[in-house]
Amino acid sequence: MKTKEVPQDDANMMRGKWKDPIYTLDEDGNYTTSYSLGWEVKNAVMQQAWDNINEKVEETKRKVVNGELSPIAYYMEKNIMDVALLAKYMGLWRWTVKKHLKPKHFNKLPQKTMEQYADIFNITAEQLKDIEALKRTENDNE
Amino acid sequence: MNPEINFEHRQAAHCENGVVSNLLRYYGVDLSEPMIFGIGSGLFFSHMPFLKVDGIPVTSFRPLPGIIFSRIAHRLHIDFAKRKFRRSPRKAMEELDKNLIKGIPTGMLVGVYHLSYFPKPYRFHFNAHNIVVYGKENDTYKISDPIMENVSELKYKELMRVRYAKGVFAPKGHMYWVNKMPETIDLPKAIHKGITQTCKHMLTIPVPLFGVKGIRYMAKQVRNYPHKLNPKKAALFTGQIVRAQEEIGTGGAGFRYMYAAFLQEAANVTGNDKLRELSFEMTAIGDSWREFATITGRIVKNRNKADESYDHAADKLLKIADKEEKFFKELQNSIR
Repeated sequence: MKTKEVPQDDANMMRGKWKDPIYTLDEDGNYTTSYSLGWEVKNAVMQQAWDNINEKVEETKRKVVNGELSPIAYYMEKNIMDVALLAKYMGLWRWTVKKHLKPKHFNKLPQKTMEQYADIFNITAEQLKDIEALKRTENDNE
Repeated sequence: MNPEINFEHRQAAHCENGVVSNLLRYYGVDLSEPMIFGIGSGLFFSHMPFLKVDGIPVTSFRPLPGIIFSRIAHRLHIDFAKRKFRRSPRKAMEELDKNLIKGIPTGMLVGVYHLSYFPKPYRFHFNAHNIVVYGKENDTYKISDPIMENVSELKYKELMRVRYAKGVFAPKGHMYWVNKMPETIDLPKAIHKGITQTCKHMLTIPVPLFGVKGIRYMAKQVRNYPHKLNPKKAALFTGQIVRAQEEIGTGGAGFRYMYAAFLQEAANVTGNDKLRELSFEMTAIGDSWREFATITGRIVKNRNKADESYDHAADKLLKIADKEEKFFKELQNSIR
């Protein structure tokens, strides 16, 4: 790619805070480093990935609010984790974490375990338990 | 004590090249990012449909993390010290502090997800990111992250957290630093080794998932996506290829532009003019990858409808595979 062809399609993906370094040819045929604010095509595929994540988060939130899943399931999806990864962070078996995704078991969790989960999600144990607040939140994983 | 090392931070496209390049410059060996990338045989291709992340097949334009690093050490005869602390995060931090007091800039592996200064759209659970720590002031560490334009900072707790990220390639507190630099560096010889291995890996691995064969295999897969998957999933699978290709760190077009820059530099170092010619060809191949990405971009935008562009995308990939095959054969011959 030639230096003058470097795309600058910001689309506010990076909130103007970021530039990708790209190796390009200048007019004398020598390589230089150019900076791109973004590329329409790349923005589209990145947006696709985030849309996919956000859909899962929204779907899980609905289930938590309906009482089908515990809030751990919501924060797990929001942190782009799956049961396997969350189990590794917790130092627990996968099936134990799976059990904690059910509201029935979640409500019986000791405070210490709650705090451990909360710490991984970078929130407090109170926030983790607060389903009412969850109902009011907009999806902010953007 | 607040140690700070006079460490010059330079931004790079890719973290592994960038950290190695920055560390070597501290010890008086100034090699550019493309040079490190080329000597370390950083260009590669693999497509592994059975290996999935989040249910999406993995495509990669480079070898496994850490390989460029070890090849550079080997080919330039640099002695790196390496340590891992499987069970003891506190010990990992203590050892880092000891290094800093001794004035040793220390490289380490970290997870990206909890890196507070990292741009949000890029924060996935990727654990093989490289940074250099070059100072500490009270509770705050000075960080040279080659992806970033400027130096960054992390608190003790934040650094410990990213050093103990969990999942695939969990860093487990892994850290490394230069133990001893060689007296002389034979750059032309290292370049020769780097190019030889890249050609070999792109052309002759007898498994259809890697190198030029891997590109052809992926073309076949892409052609089939609309027939075996629903439109949304087919678009997601194809989009993932382009995400890997244009991800941060690639310098554009799945490292192809970076490799072209390397060949041009290599021509200057070795006096082999053929390499300069070939660098322009590699640029053209990079442009073809960008064209493939453009087709994919259209597929992704129409993702909820059936789309005929998949054949178009697959044809493009086959053309790229032919071009790369011809290219690496010529490159092989040019350095004999």
